[in-house]
Amino acid sequence: MRYITYVLDHLRKDLRLEWRSRDSINGMLFFVLLMVVVFSIAFDPAGYPTVTRQISGGILWVGLLFASMTALNQSWTREQRNQVLEAQRMAPSPASALFVGKAIANMLFVLAVEAVLAPIFVVFFNLHVLGNAWLLALILPLGTWALVVNGTFFAALGLRARNRELLLPLILLPLSLPAVLMMVQATTGVLTGELDPIYIRSWITQLAGYDIIYTAVCILLFETVLNAE
Amino acid sequence: MARSSTLRNISWLWLAATLAVLVVGFRQAIFVAPMEETMGNLQRIFYYHLAHAILSLIFPYVNVAASLAYLYWRHRDPLKALGADALAVASAEVTVLYAGICLATGVLWGKPAWGIWWTWDARLTTELILWLLYVSYLLLRRFSPSGQTGVLSAVLAVFAAIDVPIVFMSIRWWRTQHPAPVFGPEGGGIDPAMAPAVLWNLAGWAMWGIFLIGFRFALERRRQIAEQEAALLALEASLETPQ
Repeated sequence: MRYITYVLDHLRKDLRLEWRSRDSINGMLFFVLLMVVVFSIAFDPAGYPTVTRQISGGILWVGLLFASMTALNQSWTREQRNQVLEAQRMAPSPASALFVGKAIANMLFVLAVEAVLAPIFVVFFNLHVLGNAWLLALILPLGTWALVVNGTFFAALGLRARNRELLLPLILLPLSLPAVLMMVQATTGVLTGELDPIYIRSWITQLAGYDIIYTAVCILLFETVLNAE
Repeated sequence: MARSSTLRNISWLWLAATLAVLVVGFRQAIFVAPMEETMGNLQRIFYYHLAHAILSLIFPYVNVAASLAYLYWRHRDPLKALGADALAVASAEVTVLYAGICLATGVLWGKPAWGIWWTWDARLTTELILWLLYVSYLLLRRFSPSGQTGVLSAVLAVFAAIDVPIVFMSIRWWRTQHPAPVFGPEGGGIDPAMAPAVLWNLAGWAMWGIFLIGFRFALERRRQIAEQEAALLALEASLETPQ
């Protein structure tokens, strides 16, 4: 139970810090809006409604992937100011509690951005969900967690590297590719209604499996990364 | 090449044996193996492609084993850990090389043989992602701060090892729903007349890969020793108290 208390403490800290400046969320929101506009110019949704519905799942997740990367590096740099990271290392709480707290905070920020993004998407792409829209309430959090848990871990990994901003996408993208495939296939299946529900369920199960495996590995290896010196 | 003369002699012998096996393999592949019925002489690139493909799936696991050994020995036996780290970087570089050659020969073979340069099926995509992961491993080593290179890259290697099977399985599942062109002989075995060419090339390129890894390992060990000596000099200089 103490572990959960530590996680909640870290979570509260991150939420409070973010609330005071609201840097990440504002940046992500505007970035995601711009991405929707750029994709609209690139793919002309009004001209090709069927094609648009088929690719909108992919566009949604690509937009979220890049938007979350803008916020992830920043989430760790706030730990570097005032030697907070050294204090964290010396604290008696397990290092993975810091990681889980921060990952959950990042998850909440990206979910907030998604909540704003979804209506914008529907408007700009004239989206009409043909399948079971409630499944999206399951797919979006699972997919977001896959991106956020790996992203938070690798942002911490590259924290003291030079070219930190460049390093995160280079490491994160190859590792996230299977998760991106799963979330895009599931989302497109729901949006187009063309995929048999049993296949959608299979993609969701695979995505959940990916989340569990990578969360476990990240929690186990975080202490090694934090104490890398 | 190596400090002691025994290691040096063994290395030279290994190199000579490797070149001999590669020459035999070349003769087998280009002159002895029978011509394939549909593709003709073009198919001969397969002997090189297959050898590099199989080896590009073995060397990454050498890297993962070395990375795990590094993490295990890091606090228990630092000297062994350094050796493990040197092996990890050597095998990662050779993996990138072999995966790159596999992809390039595959593309060169694919266009004339099947009419397409590339397809996103399970095998090709997994090979590409393997290459991308190990390039990102090398980039991480280059960008990481100097004391932490071993640890950070070892952690990434663990992630890469878990990711490769997941990629393969998820894309194969995807392709059972949305079939796409598939490269290469899917299920059919290799004609027994072609087996010697396959085996000689596999052996030759494996020996060459081992030689490259050994060479790079020795290079890395020398760099580590030079770094340690420089650090010792700096430490001793700092200890000299002004009288």
